[in-house]
Amino acid sequence: MVFVGLPMAALLWEASSEGTQSFWDSVSSPEAVAALKLTLITSLAVSGLNAVLGTMTAWVLVRDHFRGKSVVNAIIDLPFALPTIVAGLTLLALYGPTSPVGINVAFTQAAIVLAMMFVTLPFVVRTVQPVLQELDPEVEQAAHSLGASYVTTFRRVVFPNILPGILSGVALAFAKAVGEFGSLVIITGNIPFQTEVSSVYIYGRIESGDSAAAAAVAVVLLGISFLTLLSIGAVRHFATRHDRA
Amino acid sequence: MRNLFTRLGLRVVALLYLAVILLGPLAIVFWRTFEDGVAPAWDALTTPETINAFKLTLIITAIAVPVNTVFGIVCAIAIVRRKFPGKALLNVFIDLPLALSPVVVGLALFLLYGREGWFGTWLSDHGIDVLFALPSMVIATIFVSLPFVAREVVPTLREIGDEQEQAARTLGATGWQTFWRITLPSIRWAVIYGVILTTARCLGEYGAVAVVSGRLQGETETATLRVQERYDAFDLAGAYAISIVLALTAILVLVAMTVIRPRGEAA
Amino acid sequence: MSILVRNVSKRFGDFIAVDHVSLEVESGSLTALLGPSGSGKSTLLRIIAGLETADEGQILLSGRDATRLAPQRRNIGFVFQHYAAFKHMTVRENVAFGLKVRKRPKEEIRDRVDELLHLVQLEGFAHRYPAQLSGGQRQRMGLARALAPEPQVLLLDEPFGALDARVRAELREWLRQLHDVVHVTTVFVTHDQAEAMEISDQIAVVNHGRLEQVGAPRDLYDRPASEFVMTFVGDANDVGGRLVRPHDLELLNEPADGSVEAMIVRVTILGRDAKVELHDAGGAELVALLTRDDFDDSGLWRGQTVWIRPKHERAFAA
Repeated sequence: MVFVGLPMAALLWEASSEGTQSFWDSVSSPEAVAALKLTLITSLAVSGLNAVLGTMTAWVLVRDHFRGKSVVNAIIDLPFALPTIVAGLTLLALYGPTSPVGINVAFTQAAIVLAMMFVTLPFVVRTVQPVLQELDPEVEQAAHSLGASYVTTFRRVVFPNILPGILSGVALAFAKAVGEFGSLVIITGNIPFQTEVSSVYIYGRIESGDSAAAAAVAVVLLGISFLTLLSIGAVRHFATRHDRA
Repeated sequence: MRNLFTRLGLRVVALLYLAVILLGPLAIVFWRTFEDGVAPAWDALTTPETINAFKLTLIITAIAVPVNTVFGIVCAIAIVRRKFPGKALLNVFIDLPLALSPVVVGLALFLLYGREGWFGTWLSDHGIDVLFALPSMVIATIFVSLPFVAREVVPTLREIGDEQEQAARTLGATGWQTFWRITLPSIRWAVIYGVILTTARCLGEYGAVAVVSGRLQGETETATLRVQERYDAFDLAGAYAISIVLALTAILVLVAMTVIRPRGEAA
Repeated sequence: MSILVRNVSKRFGDFIAVDHVSLEVESGSLTALLGPSGSGKSTLLRIIAGLETADEGQILLSGRDATRLAPQRRNIGFVFQHYAAFKHMTVRENVAFGLKVRKRPKEEIRDRVDELLHLVQLEGFAHRYPAQLSGGQRQRMGLARALAPEPQVLLLDEPFGALDARVRAELREWLRQLHDVVHVTTVFVTHDQAEAMEISDQIAVVNHGRLEQVGAPRDLYDRPASEFVMTFVGDANDVGGRLVRPHDLELLNEPADGSVEAMIVRVTILGRDAKVELHDAGGAELVALLTRDDFDDSGLWRGQTVWIRPKHERAFAA
């Protein structure tokens, strides 16, 4: 706890060392604001995409049967295992200037979304998958037999059960996306006001020796991380209460 | 019939999603690396700087993984088996490295150990290099890979309950004997799984290490930092070659995870 | 080794699990802690074992104060309701555990384990894992494991609670025989009064954390000290506010002093006995147990109105 807490304390100390005014100035500088806005918008977009695509993937992995499913299942964890810098480089190889398929998103905001999607891909899948596995397929079949359409069955029967899983997965993905760095440095080009996200901005401030400004924005990211963790805790608490009732 | 269409449709979308995001890019890198045969890739890998970078990555991992394994097990036991004030806080703190930007972690350590940091003055007075040297890189790596073992062990410990440990105590086993003979064997697969995840995270750490290392070529440059350096130097072949080694390691990790996960669940 | 529980109390938050209990267990005896679930009997057993610590009071083992002693130093054997089998060890390793942690010589461990496996009839299962055993076998392994280090006290927490009725009856009988051979001071927790009556020398009835009565099974049945003991140990009818055992009811054809009117709703012949079920005027259900001879002589029939009268009765301060 000391090991985690002390550096965080040092960070807060540095951010507040020159008073709230200077902290506020650092956080509200145009470049910092632009970076934060970009970070939040792309992270939210990625979270939304994850919620939909991740849930679908989890459903396919649990309810569908096809050759090679176990391999696909194993590959889901690739972004956990692959270094982020390598992830960035591989995305650039396929979707960069030398793309063999003619798609070039390098140095655009689309690249940010793409990289964030890569690194956050496992979260929703891995939180929804076990819940779906626990959910008896007979419940879905019962709903069908009662005349419910597929959409209705999903909306009324499956969805309420997997919602806590989706939410905590999305929250983790959001936190990861907000803080993502390694996969973005190569593919985004780090152009201020255009493709520079907060973590890259912080890194730039450190490099140029302005650690107070870096610390100020870092505190904002730290706050977001904390809030996300707390909300995951709240979702978990609510979900287990629901079970007990 | 509709069921079949829904099922096939979902399957196609899910597989396409994985192909576009994960497999496509990785396949291209493999192809690009070996486009001109194995020799250029091998040459790029065997430069002294690159060999050094891999060595450094391995050294850091070799220190960070055991530290985090011990820490993770101790933390998990504390969280599941003990009652103490601030337990809820520990629960949040232990997950923080997962939700926090590695750059923020790097910066926090930079501020703690840097020349003007809290410990920096004392350390430089005593001639100990932490920042821009191995110690800070190890600390940064430990920090970012901190939760993995604990997160795997906690649910397993909860599931097995403490009856076996109580039984051991009534049979005359000391706390230490109970841990080695009962607790540890019961959680071994969770520990191994956590160790694999920790190892992967340590090998691949980039952001936090980038901040605290100073990226001195041949000195404080890890394999992941070396990828970036090669890319910046327009040596794509070099960057790809190192990436391939790291990617192969990642695939090895995936295989290990796949083999171990069902075992852990059966136990 | 004798056990002395002296004025022990234990709370969990607001819940009083054990409330000033004092109990003496004679060396070599077999004592049952009998009570409904949640009565605190298991907590009391765990306090004796040292798995819980008492908030107040003392535990004396062989006259020595053991209140603060760690469980591993009390020289006890404990058998858990859900077996607490070491899943990663074979049956042999499970049984040997207590000897291994005491660093006994290898040959001694081997011989002792062989002896115990024979005693619990698991010789053929030594190399199996707990997952490959039935519930009854697992619990026999649990017993062998607890007995291996030659404990001076054997404590069993609802040892047969998770087993089906037939295995339960078998193991119950077998535990009694085992106790006659091993003579270790034994305390076992149960909520099954038949189980307690059948095998123990002494029963301590626990309710709401308090000790209701301690005595030989026969004393509890014949001379219950409270209404709770009367109803919990054996069956009892409420006849006009008086508690009466079913075999203590007389069925008369005419009203008599102290009799209550009731109608026979069902008669069941149970071999040598006859069970007569009745409804009294208020509709309350009563059960009378007659011998076959008495029943056959009486000529009772279903639908008949009779007057029932207790042969003996017991009054308790309500």
